[in-house]
Amino acid sequence: MKNILPIEAKNITVAYGSFVLLKDISFAVKPHDIFIIMGGSGCGKSSLLRVLTDLMPPAHGDVFIDGVNFTKADTIEKNILMQKSGILYQSGALFSSMTLAENIALPLQQYTSYSAQTIRELVALKLALVGLAGFEDFYPSEISGGMKKRAGLARALALDPEIVYFDEPSAGLDPLSSKRLDDLIIDINQTLGTTIVVVTHELSSIFDIGTNSIFLDGASKSIIARGNPKTLLKNPPNETVYEFLTRGKHHAQRTP
Amino acid sequence: MKLDYVLTKNRLTLLLSGDYLAYDDAEAKKRLFQEVIKHAPAHIDIHAKDLGKWDSSLVIILFELQKLAHKKNLVFQTEALPEGLKKLLDLALAVRPKPPQQKAPAACFLERTGAYACALYHICRRGLSFIHQTIQSVGHYLTGSAVMRRVDLWFALEDAGPKAIGIVSLISFMVGLILAFVGAIQLKSFGAQIYVASLVAIGMTRIMGAIMAGIIMAGRTGASYAASIGTMQVNEELDALKTMGIPASDFLVLPRVIALTLTMPLLTMLSDFMGMLGGGAVGVFMLGISPQEYWKYSVDAFDLTNFLVGIFHGLVFGWVIALCGCYYGINAGRNADSVGAATTKAVVSAIVWMIVMTGIITWLCEVIGI
Repeated sequence: MKNILPIEAKNITVAYGSFVLLKDISFAVKPHDIFIIMGGSGCGKSSLLRVLTDLMPPAHGDVFIDGVNFTKADTIEKNILMQKSGILYQSGALFSSMTLAENIALPLQQYTSYSAQTIRELVALKLALVGLAGFEDFYPSEISGGMKKRAGLARALALDPEIVYFDEPSAGLDPLSSKRLDDLIIDINQTLGTTIVVVTHELSSIFDIGTNSIFLDGASKSIIARGNPKTLLKNPPNETVYEFLTRGKHHAQRTP
Repeated sequence: MKLDYVLTKNRLTLLLSGDYLAYDDAEAKKRLFQEVIKHAPAHIDIHAKDLGKWDSSLVIILFELQKLAHKKNLVFQTEALPEGLKKLLDLALAVRPKPPQQKAPAACFLERTGAYACALYHICRRGLSFIHQTIQSVGHYLTGSAVMRRVDLWFALEDAGPKAIGIVSLISFMVGLILAFVGAIQLKSFGAQIYVASLVAIGMTRIMGAIMAGIIMAGRTGASYAASIGTMQVNEELDALKTMGIPASDFLVLPRVIALTLTMPLLTMLSDFMGMLGGGAVGVFMLGISPQEYWKYSVDAFDLTNFLVGIFHGLVFGWVIALCGCYYGINAGRNADSVGAATTKAVVSAIVWMIVMTGIITWLCEVIGI
């Protein structure tokens, strides 16, 4: 029997009006992968993530989630597929008028028939998983940026999703908080078996957590490399990828 | 999908078999926890050989059970659990470096009163300081040293002027119409319906035109000022201005104050005219007064002093709206909620201050006899 892929993008073109950002790209994310979407600033990483999560329609092509055409699915089908995924936005995107507990309880109240007590216990568990046990009654404005991201992750994990998307998880975090979040991503991937898609250009994160990746190139509007990031560093398929993965060291060595 | 267990003298064995997906049997959970509390078995272990699929609903049971076991000094054995589930429990129970901060205990009545008094003092101080800075900025403008872009003034003028004409005209026309209609009901009983023209002309020019223009502009433009400046606060644009040494009162408040100072008297005139037109519609089409006659009585009732008092009201309302909108925008918090709250406060306070200013101007007119 053929294995069903959690995410498969086929011939995706991302465009804003007549401006084409990415053209005809295809890739597949395998189950339990920590899949990195990397590339320079403005190459279309975040736009691709928006297409994968249906926040923006592709100009052309289809996204398949668990073998179902997500792009062309009807509203009910999309809703079911969306419950299989959680998203951690750059800023955490917590609702400022709600406490952390209320933020995490929201999808549980919306999509499950759990009792209030069970929801309270689930909220406590999710917060404990991200290292925020006891912060249930705090408002987003009362916690730090790193804690907001972890709380956002707890919310993304509320419905036990099969896929979790991360948009620039390290952005705005100090190295230690960034490392902790990376460790958390690995923990969640290993303990829950969650498939993880991370959009980032943080090299340390890419090498620490990535098991598979694609490299987007703004100039050619396409994928110019794919594979395990560490393997790509050892055997770079082209100069651009090598420059990026070595933080331009290669270029610096050449230029006196 | 059941929560079975075997309880012996010193041991409670939890028997997990089958799938545990969206498991929510409150009774079974309660029973299990009561047994643990009641008998406090030295060991709690789990038989999970036949465990199928599971999700967080099973994890919370084990999580709560493990916490209870720790609390009661019982041995909780997780060896039999699948690797993923075991790791997940370890992750949830891992000791984190940052303990939750303690929130301040609730204050007593005296403390709360004191806090309110202090807050009120700071609000007044901040408000007066804001007015002071704005007056300074006007001074900068008059001396040509204000840091203000002409294009911002132009946008503010366009927004508070031409773009507001439609809504001010419509609402003022309707208000004139209502004023005439309500007046006509009473005046008709004396056969004096012709005085509807005088009533509308005096009412609109003296105060109603300015009030209507003011309320519309507070809801439309004042709210927009608070929201746009509040969003700048959220995006740290105000901090950027500050660090560049550019006073927000020059750069953001001044163009808006000038715009409303120039447009509000004009909008008040428009409102006066449209109100009289609305009154005329009732007079001509409902009361059978000829247009010429209505015009004559309107002109007779028109008084330049009333008109100028109305325009002065409009001018003052313009300052009030601009100052309230900008003040609450600048003092907004740094999240989406605060911007909403700032917008609400800007509109409500602008309307309240307009009423207060109307009272003061009316009293002053009374004192000087106009």
